[in-house]
Amino acid sequence: MQQLPDVIRQIPLNNYVWFSAALFCIGIIGVLTRRNAIIIFMSIELMLNAVNLLLAAFSSYKADPAGQVFVFFIMAVAAAEVAVGLAIIVMIYRNIQSIDVGILNKLKW
Amino acid sequence: MNFWYFLTALTLLSALMVVFAKNPIHSVLYLVFTFFCISGHYVLLNAQFLMAVNIIVYAGAIMVLFLFVIMMLDLRKNVPESKSNLTKLAGAVLGGTLLVVFIAATRHMNLGNGSGAIGAQTGMVESLGMILYKDYLLPFELVSVLFFVAMVGAVMLGKREAGERNF
Repeated sequence: MQQLPDVIRQIPLNNYVWFSAALFCIGIIGVLTRRNAIIIFMSIELMLNAVNLLLAAFSSYKADPAGQVFVFFIMAVAAAEVAVGLAIIVMIYRNIQSIDVGILNKLKW
Repeated sequence: MNFWYFLTALTLLSALMVVFAKNPIHSVLYLVFTFFCISGHYVLLNAQFLMAVNIIVYAGAIMVLFLFVIMMLDLRKNVPESKSNLTKLAGAVLGGTLLVVFIAATRHMNLGNGSGAIGAQTGMVESLGMILYKDYLLPFELVSVLFFVAMVGAVMLGKREAGERNF
């Protein structure tokens, strides 16, 4: 692949901005409307991926590899976050036999 | 470039299915599909290293972790009570409003297309490796510390105390 891919020449960068915004908003809707803690977690992954895609798009369009290195770091942080978060979810399930976030309202007071 | 629009529509559709699927297992599978679509976008952007890492780390490792946890938890017996319809509606309206705000804010932005032929090698392993091990060496090493801390934290949280509530 010695030449610039077709996408970069034909698709304006604005399309990637809107696509990532839509993906991010779908993630936000998931966080706000679902009660299952695991699905909330997956929505957060979706939002992280929207940001990753936008970083990669800007990096490719502006020919700056630093953006893709950032995506790599975001993936590493997401992996660590998932490990700890799922451990917390398993612990919650072990204690209250449910992962419905509506039951976990004791922290409010 | 019709394929770009097709792939984008497929990604958004499967992302919507992640949020609206009833069964958590289906949700995970749709999320894996979404990640594969995003990897397709990376290929279109000529970012092949990210494509490989996305498939290996996200679709391979993280999603398998989700799948294992869902299978371990036995969610069938407690079907989650849905939130009240008002809360759901408010959440959906809020997300939609945010999308409208994003689009309105970026509508008149003119970012232009890619410039010249200098960028063809941006996403290759070679150029990324050069910058990762030269300019970003310290963050790269700190990531290993982060992984170590996360591993210790996960083991500590997952350990079963004898007859004690964990929190």
